Amino acid sequence: MPELLLELFGEEIPARMQARAADDLARLAGAALAPLLPQAPMTFHGPRRIALSCTVAAGVAETRSSERGPRIAAPEQALAGFLRKHGAARDALRQEGDFWVLDRISPGIAAAALIARELPGLLRRFPWPKSMRWGGSSAFTWVRPLRRILCVLDGAAVPFDLRDGGDDGHGVVADALSEGHRFLAPAPFAVRSRADWQEGLRARFVIADAAERRARIAAGLRDLAATEGLHVAEDAGLLDEVTGLVEWPVPMLGRIDAAFMDLPPEVMQVSMRVNQRYFALRDGAGRAAPYFAFIANIPGTDGGAAIVAGNERVLRARFADARHFWDADRRHRLESRVAALDGITFEARLGTQGERVRRLMRLAAMIAPQVGADPARAERAALLTKADLVTGMVGEFPELQGVMGRYYALHDHEDADIADAIRDHYAPKGPADTVPLAKVSVAVALADKIDTLAAFFAIGEKPTGSGDPFALRRAALGILRIVRENGLRLPLRPLFADVLHASGWPIIEEEICDFLLDRLVVQMRADGARYDVVQAVRHFADGEGSDVTLLLARAAAVGAMLGTGEGANLLAGYRRAANILRIEERRDGPHDGPVEAALLTEPAEEALFTALAHVEADVAHHIAGENFAAAVESLATLRPTLDAFFDRVTVNDPHPEIRRNRLRLLARVRAAMHLAADFSKIEG
Amino acid sequence: MAATRVRSESFQALILRLHAFWSAQGCVILQPYDMEVGAGTFHPATTLRALGRRPWRAAYVQPSRRPADGRYGENPNRLQHYYQYQVIMKPSPPDAQALLLESYREIGLDPLRHDFRFVEDDWESPTLGAWGLGWEVWCDGMEVGQFTYFQQVGGIAAALPSFEMTYGLERLAMYVQGVENVFDLDFNGAGVRYGDVFLRAEREYSAYNFEHADTGMLVRHFADAERECAALLAARLALPAYDQCIKASHLFNLLDARGVISVAERASYIGRVRTLARGCCEAWLDGEEPANRELISKT
Repeated sequence: MPELLLELFGEEIPARMQARAADDLARLAGAALAPLLPQAPMTFHGPRRIALSCTVAAGVAETRSSERGPRIAAPEQALAGFLRKHGAARDALRQEGDFWVLDRISPGIAAAALIARELPGLLRRFPWPKSMRWGGSSAFTWVRPLRRILCVLDGAAVPFDLRDGGDDGHGVVADALSEGHRFLAPAPFAVRSRADWQEGLRARFVIADAAERRARIAAGLRDLAATEGLHVAEDAGLLDEVTGLVEWPVPMLGRIDAAFMDLPPEVMQVSMRVNQRYFALRDGAGRAAPYFAFIANIPGTDGGAAIVAGNERVLRARFADARHFWDADRRHRLESRVAALDGITFEARLGTQGERVRRLMRLAAMIAPQVGADPARAERAALLTKADLVTGMVGEFPELQGVMGRYYALHDHEDADIADAIRDHYAPKGPADTVPLAKVSVAVALADKIDTLAAFFAIGEKPTGSGDPFALRRAALGILRIVRENGLRLPLRPLFADVLHASGWPIIEEEICDFLLDRLVVQMRADGARYDVVQAVRHFADGEGSDVTLLLARAAAVGAMLGTGEGANLLAGYRRAANILRIEERRDGPHDGPVEAALLTEPAEEALFTALAHVEADVAHHIAGENFAAAVESLATLRPTLDAFFDRVTVNDPHPEIRRNRLRLLARVRAAMHLAADFSKIEG
Repeated sequence: MAATRVRSESFQALILRLHAFWSAQGCVILQPYDMEVGAGTFHPATTLRALGRRPWRAAYVQPSRRPADGRYGENPNRLQHYYQYQVIMKPSPPDAQALLLESYREIGLDPLRHDFRFVEDDWESPTLGAWGLGWEVWCDGMEVGQFTYFQQVGGIAAALPSFEMTYGLERLAMYVQGVENVFDLDFNGAGVRYGDVFLRAEREYSAYNFEHADTGMLVRHFADAERECAALLAARLALPAYDQCIKASHLFNLLDARGVISVAERASYIGRVRTLARGCCEAWLDGEEPANRELISKT
């Protein structure tokens, strides 16, 4: 089958957009060229080009079909409508029996013609996240200027252009030419096939395949680090980004002046990774080594000496800047900066950071005893949580908030648990982040998130389907994770109520707790856990003081029971009872009156009556003792008795009072089950 | 061709070389605009000339004031007053990247010896209501320029997208000369250093910007400039009106450096300057040629 190669070559494409663009190209070309049945697609992406190759059919054959029209006897309008619909003239019709028939011929098309017809529109509508205009002659937009299109089918160019009326499409015409490395081999060269193109590029200092480039970079870094007895700190995200920044990767190693090695590792990391895309190196013991690695796009005519020297110089300047802030910031005690927070707006309607800190102090001290922390220490940590926002380092590198506060606190001889709490009170910052476990940190981290939720709900800034500008979902998930992963017994509702009340905000803690439980269900669903069980028990959150740990223990016990054969049968019995009741109660109203022992006639219903009395007491007792496993075990003992009841007893007895009594018995079964969970919410 | 050029170029020689290079590309070589601005983009030769359909090529040095970046002359890499070299070509030529790289060769940076890269950096000026797409230009990991294809200015879509290039001259000169402290730059190749010219100014202006600027007066002047700009726009005097817009922008920067603007107020000040900029851009287009009216109304 003929091979198609399409390369879109232009000015540098942002690294983060390349892979997605290659996927989009494959998807859109697959659809546009579908009549040619494209096979075995391969995609390529890099800083200056995205490309696609596949095999296609040589063309689409001519097809004939016949369309039956109206009866010969039909009114004239029907025939006119048929002709209009098919764009046909009357003399194209022939007669077949009682009907008009139209013979239609779809002409065949050669692959090259179809490709040339389809691709311009595909490129015009290409879904770049952001496109731009350039030059003065065309409205065709692309991510950055598109300079060249290579389109080769079976060894020959497929010419097409992007012209549109008076618009010259930037004068780009597809041909069989590609270009190599911008500096090392800039002249265009002719291409006959995908393999030819890839080898031609390799000879011209371009690795076209992103996966190969990435592997080369990883191996090159590893080998280079090994020459100094070091290894590269794992960083898959940086590796991906750098793969999109170079066509001809050349790993290089730079030195870091010893004078900077006492900077906090996080500070070095920001300068190196975020600003410079450098890789950090570690020694055998995992300590930061005084080297950095980076990937150049060219070997350099002097063996890379100038490139290494230049990069070392840049990093030196950045570290010198950081060093300045590091030294200057430590001349002031962290505590002395708290006052300045009164001059910093937290949110226009919610006052200053200073006010927020005072709320956090109060809240952290209140939470502390419930999580095993010393209230005075939690309050002290809360006082200092936001002080680093007014330091020079955090002003320069906002992503270091919290981290710098911890260092400055340690420098001031604050206790380690207080310093750690300053850093960790933002945690968890996302699903991949760890949850604080130290007691003071837990108290302050919870206070921070509870205050955030309460404050933004109070001013009506709830997350919507499309937006969550204040990251309230993240705050809610943070609370849930801290509670769960620490196994905390912490009723949340009273805490929200207290914050709202103390700040004079509307008393909407119920709404906030509902939001939290919604997030819990979403999280369980995302984890692949039984979220329906949580739905079945969430109404107990009220009675249990919105103690998430207790709620989850109940849900876990119910879920475990439902996982057994016994539990599944019990659920079936419950549903049978509930269905009968739903139908009968719709007619009669609720059957919740007392069961009369005197009206029980069958041994099976007597047995159920007796068993229920025992199980009800047992379940209530275990639930009061928070032993949910024992409570559901006790419920499960009802199973054989309930099954026997359904086997042997007819609920709808001809005597109305016996029928009513049996319905009441079933209502009692339902109520007993509901002591543990609302089983009607269970799915499946 | 330029690989062997001497490394120790003086600061002023570097400017002269850039002038010669861009002059050869058909640029009008202009002198700095005679007002305080935060960046070379504010020069009317860029902001206003980027609009409309009339082709335009210009290059100039623009002293740029960033009051908040002052460090009293104590930081080797930070200045509250520095020089930008600004190039604008409208419409953007097809070989803009190649021209730019050629200009680096001219000042002694050979792209076969150094590692040049174009790293994504979208540019936006909220005060000018302007944005564009482009890159930071990196040389051996250092940002040596900002390359932008203008898409919009003053809230008006650019009819002919321009290519804009901004070089940070001090940083570039430090790299070419191999100097680690900006104040040690060889200014004229004859014994005068950058610090001899500017160190005292950095100290005094830092003190002014951070400690002495009379904020009450600055607030009044901002309101004055805003009012004057509106009055001049009503008289269809685009260029004098734009001067008042520039003034308002710089006064805002000073107020910001003094730390007296809250987060909420900040957005409002930026919005006020943007309104002025938009009015000036519309008035400029309107006065250029009547055919431009449709460009205004389309946005």
